[in-house]
Amino acid sequence: MSLHGAINVVVTDVVTVNPLIKRFHFARADGEYLPAFSGGAHIIVEMQDGDMRRRTPYSLMSSPLDTQDYQISIRRDDEGRGGSLFMHREVRRGMKMRIGMPANLFALDQRANKHLMFAGGIGITPFLAQTAQLMARGGEFELHYGVRNRELGAYVDELEQRLASRLHVYRDDKGEQIDFDRLLSSQAPGTHVYVCGPAPMIEHVVARAAALGWPAEHVHFEHFAKAPAGEPFTVELRASGLTVEVSAEQTMLEAIEAAGVDAPYLCRGGACGQCETRVLACDGELQHADHWLDDDEHASNEKVMPCVSRFRGNTLVLDR
Amino acid sequence: MSATIEPSIRSRPVYGTLAATDAPAHLMVADADGGAALLELTAAMAPAALMRAEILYVPLASTADHSEALRALDCPGFHSSPSIDALIPRLARSIERMKMGTQIYLAGSETLIGRAMQVAMQAGIDHQAIQTEHRGSLARRMQCVHCKGITENVTTQPADCAHCGLLLLVRDHYSRRYAAFQGVNINAEDPSDVPEKEELFP
Repeated sequence: MSLHGAINVVVTDVVTVNPLIKRFHFARADGEYLPAFSGGAHIIVEMQDGDMRRRTPYSLMSSPLDTQDYQISIRRDDEGRGGSLFMHREVRRGMKMRIGMPANLFALDQRANKHLMFAGGIGITPFLAQTAQLMARGGEFELHYGVRNRELGAYVDELEQRLASRLHVYRDDKGEQIDFDRLLSSQAPGTHVYVCGPAPMIEHVVARAAALGWPAEHVHFEHFAKAPAGEPFTVELRASGLTVEVSAEQTMLEAIEAAGVDAPYLCRGGACGQCETRVLACDGELQHADHWLDDDEHASNEKVMPCVSRFRGNTLVLDR
Repeated sequence: MSATIEPSIRSRPVYGTLAATDAPAHLMVADADGGAALLELTAAMAPAALMRAEILYVPLASTADHSEALRALDCPGFHSSPSIDALIPRLARSIERMKMGTQIYLAGSETLIGRAMQVAMQAGIDHQAIQTEHRGSLARRMQCVHCKGITENVTTQPADCAHCGLLLLVRDHYSRRYAAFQGVNINAEDPSDVPEKEELFP
């Protein structure tokens, strides 16, 4: 049930950014500075939603140079498991919450001569922190940001002020599109590319970079899988001697934690590999949603990432 | 063909076999016998791909000079340098002018591969993104860990530091940053104990 390096925080502000996005500010309850982090890091936010305890990763968007508070932006997702709706509806200034220590799976590569950044929609958040870091400490970069329209383009005004000519905004409603091929084909050696946004955008950039000869070591992407809602199911934890019910809006990992089992995790977004668990028996279909296991491993039914993946069928037994 | 490189500690470089990629441009660098590896590589490439290739080559006049065959490929860029030292600034300029996506291939002696990789790394290219193939001599470029001097073309074990004169054990421990194997004094306790030199890196 542990939240790694749990920090008790107070919500110091909740700001409506646009009709879909709210920003949340957290400061330490004891008034001290929050831990240092680097641009691209995320935190786990713990939400006590009635009987259900959710833990969901969000990128830190505030400047790594100012840890008086942490800021995250959350886009409301009416179809999801309810975490974003809880944050939008229930969380108010002055509320006490718990967050985990920051961890970074999307760090800037410090060897780069230049950072070429692609953001789509709410995928802008890690770049807000990274660009603040680069503006303060030096480093060449350009940020290409695709938005639906001016109203839904979160932080465009602030970024225009801060980044000036380093920012390039593309509006869907004006038919503007990022010319990925042109940008990827015209970069000096030593450039690193970063992408965060909707899955199709990430997949497109990764595929085009590979096709245009970019080595994988120079291509970075933030790819938190969203843990989907689904049918309730039952999972047997052999090592713990427990049988756990996973509700429709709970992740398998959350259900395991709710049963009092201290299971490993880091990103809770199917990307980092920490929660990988051996499947001892599976009579049914594992619904894999992670980016960690490869296709063969997914097909083997021998491993599962309980932070995002689900199950449908008769029996699932895990080595946990 | 390449002399055998035995598996060793993790920092000892290992090399592969050059294989053409679909990259939009190609930068090929070789010395001596490495020229033959480039000829095998380019034989497997479409003429259109060769039109986007640049070759930098250091022939070894006495034993291994593939200059004529490489020049006959008619790539838009072919340049021959008289030594690795002379090649380095030329290579740095070629890398500076290339775009991300260009595939770099290095073939030949460990010294050529290591020093060319050093230039590429200084330009910000990840070393794992560079293809390498060892051909020819196993002679080592060695850094004395005591005086930091670099001794070229070390073929014996142990070997003399050309700078401070200490007798050095030539380790498999390799520095990509210095492009050199590390040499550590072999008889520090008793300098009168002088082990016999063996030709270990022909």
